[in-house]
Amino acid sequence: MAILSYREAVARALAQEMSRDPKVVLIGEDVAAAGGVFKATAGLLDQFGSSRVLDTPIAEQAIIGAALGAAMNGLRPVAEIMFADFFAVCWDQIANQVAKTRYMTNGQISVPLVIRTANGGGVRFGAQHSQSVENWVMMIPGLKVVAPSTPRDVVGLTAAAIRDPDPVVVLEHKALYAVREEVPEGELVDELGKAVVRREGEDATVLSLGAMVPRSLAAADRLARERGIELTVVDVRSLVPLDVTTLLDSVRATGRLFTVEENPRLCGWGAEILSIVVEEAWDDLKAAPIRITTPHVPLPAADVLEDAALPSVERIVDTVEKHLAS
Amino acid sequence: MLLPTDLGLPSRPAFKGEINGHELALFELMVRLRLFERRAYDLFLQGLVKGTSHLSLGQEAVAAGFARAMEPTDLTFATYRGHAHTLARGVPMSAVMGELMGRATGLMAGKGGSMHLTSVEHGMMGSYAIVGAHLPVAVGAAWAARSRGTKQVVVCFFGDGTTNIGAFHEALSLASVWRVPVVFVCENNLYMEYTAISAVTPVRHPLADRASAYGLSATMVDGNDVAEVFDVARRSLAECREGGGPVLIEALTYRQSGHSRTDPGTYRPKEEVEAWLARDPLACYADYLVSSGFSRAELDEIEAKATAEVDGAVEAARSAPPPEISLVETNLWADGSASWRS
Ligand SMILES: Cc1ncc(C[n+]2csc(CCOP(=O)(O)OP(=O)(O)O)c2C)c(N)n1
Ligand SMILES: [Mg+2]
Repeated sequence: MAILSYREAVARALAQEMSRDPKVVLIGEDVAAAGGVFKATAGLLDQFGSSRVLDTPIAEQAIIGAALGAAMNGLRPVAEIMFADFFAVCWDQIANQVAKTRYMTNGQISVPLVIRTANGGGVRFGAQHSQSVENWVMMIPGLKVVAPSTPRDVVGLTAAAIRDPDPVVVLEHKALYAVREEVPEGELVDELGKAVVRREGEDATVLSLGAMVPRSLAAADRLARERGIELTVVDVRSLVPLDVTTLLDSVRATGRLFTVEENPRLCGWGAEILSIVVEEAWDDLKAAPIRITTPHVPLPAADVLEDAALPSVERIVDTVEKHLAS
Repeated sequence: MLLPTDLGLPSRPAFKGEINGHELALFELMVRLRLFERRAYDLFLQGLVKGTSHLSLGQEAVAAGFARAMEPTDLTFATYRGHAHTLARGVPMSAVMGELMGRATGLMAGKGGSMHLTSVEHGMMGSYAIVGAHLPVAVGAAWAARSRGTKQVVVCFFGDGTTNIGAFHEALSLASVWRVPVVFVCENNLYMEYTAISAVTPVRHPLADRASAYGLSATMVDGNDVAEVFDVARRSLAECREGGGPVLIEALTYRQSGHSRTDPGTYRPKEEVEAWLARDPLACYADYLVSSGFSRAELDEIEAKATAEVDGAVEAARSAPPPEISLVETNLWADGSASWRS
């Protein structure tokens, strides 16, 4: 076992896959010589050389477009978009080109590429560097979407994303880059589309993702300690494909569901899951499912404002407590 | 209004390019493209081809000249105005016609349509309907070619209007920085949809005048002169294959029909249309061939063969079944499915 930070886990995953498969290449702004603005790709240029780790101009459309073209012609590119908010400047490439190519060509062209990005808030960067874009990417047919919440999962899910024959968006959470944990040595590869139950409890199910997972776990600990409420916390990990089986199994067992979502309210990932739960597990529900989200606003910068906007441990505790009491 | 002479073009193409041995093959290709597009237009009018469609009538010399010069492993990226580029790479007419008519026998079994013609086995890597989107994609394919040492060259066609969108700039800049083997071919047909390109573009030559901004130079060609196009294409491809690139070509041409099937093209001055029709790439080339010793009869024979080929393609498409409804939820993912959940 080695202790790895979330950012080191990104480099470890990329190194693991680049060592295994010479077709895996990395491009993005500042990813090569500088090792990434979050230092998530540090050391890769030295290890793999400038033909496989390439700095690009500030040209997000070119980055994604080039990754797509390379994927069509035999490489397995990993493209970094520095901040998830910047998806908006290359949205045509992501939503119209990358996502639709396989379908439009009736399967003639597969697109084995990975788009990594620093998603989410909590670091006081303000509205244009903090958005949680799960709902942007999840709604596009043709994109797979994963969001690791731990260093171990960064390795396993990123490796799985690189090996997948389809486009996968990996939402790294920028507030988690410094988080450290023990990660097993040796090759690590997960399966896309598998949720993980992080904690088991019989009173309610909490579904969360990315940086909301540690907060949900902290809230669950507090509720257990202070109120004797036992929560199951499921780390959704993969939005597309979605592990409906694990989610529904848990909801059926507890009869109560809370989602903890960092994305702004409207069309957040939890809304889709709620609709599935209501359609498919209605009879098992003891109460209406509840979504805990960022309000439908861009994220403010000041610490007190940002903290108030994002779902916090306190808000999770209070919301769960209130609804379980009623 | 831009008359050919305003652009420094002769009133008829000069046909001075080196095409030794390719004369009839180029003619045959252009005739096939011309007759196919004409028939496609007739079929729209009959309601047999639905949706929209963008014809290359008048621009055949660019598609034919380049395709004839390309190796089978080279890659083409084209726009929604892509029937000609697709056929020129050797894709059978019946598959293209089947796609236009939404049949099971279509190139993508009806899932792409006129604006997305793709045939990987022919090196036709797609027709793209978001203006400019394929330029970065072509850069990536060229980067992969160089990185894998495949010796492929990528040829990326786009219109004059495309030079005003951001993806164009990003792609040329990255292509130049990475020095990848891609030939960018601007088919300057003087119009972006219904607006003269000169009215919305700050430079006279939409591609060529911008080349220096990317540290590149550009070559202007008479896009109605298949000999010149073929000659320049051969040299550009060779340059890229030998490690050069990117290469920029601006081909001056003119679309003889409207922008898309619903457009009669009435915004264009009559004098301009007539001047360009007088330099029709196919008729002028036929005259040139006859004047240089080929017989009308052999050209007529080639044309008759092409007509029969178009007839056959239309018949095949008409009698083909529609696609299976079950196709709707297939081939989103590499496993063939469209499934997003367990
Ligand atoms: C991003 C985008 N904007 C607008 C359109 C609508 N549109 C389709 S074709 C076209 C004109 C393009 O002109 P040009 O690049 O000169 O190509 P041409 O049609 O002349 O071949 C426009 C504006 C589009 N498809 N994509
Ligand atoms: Mg045009």
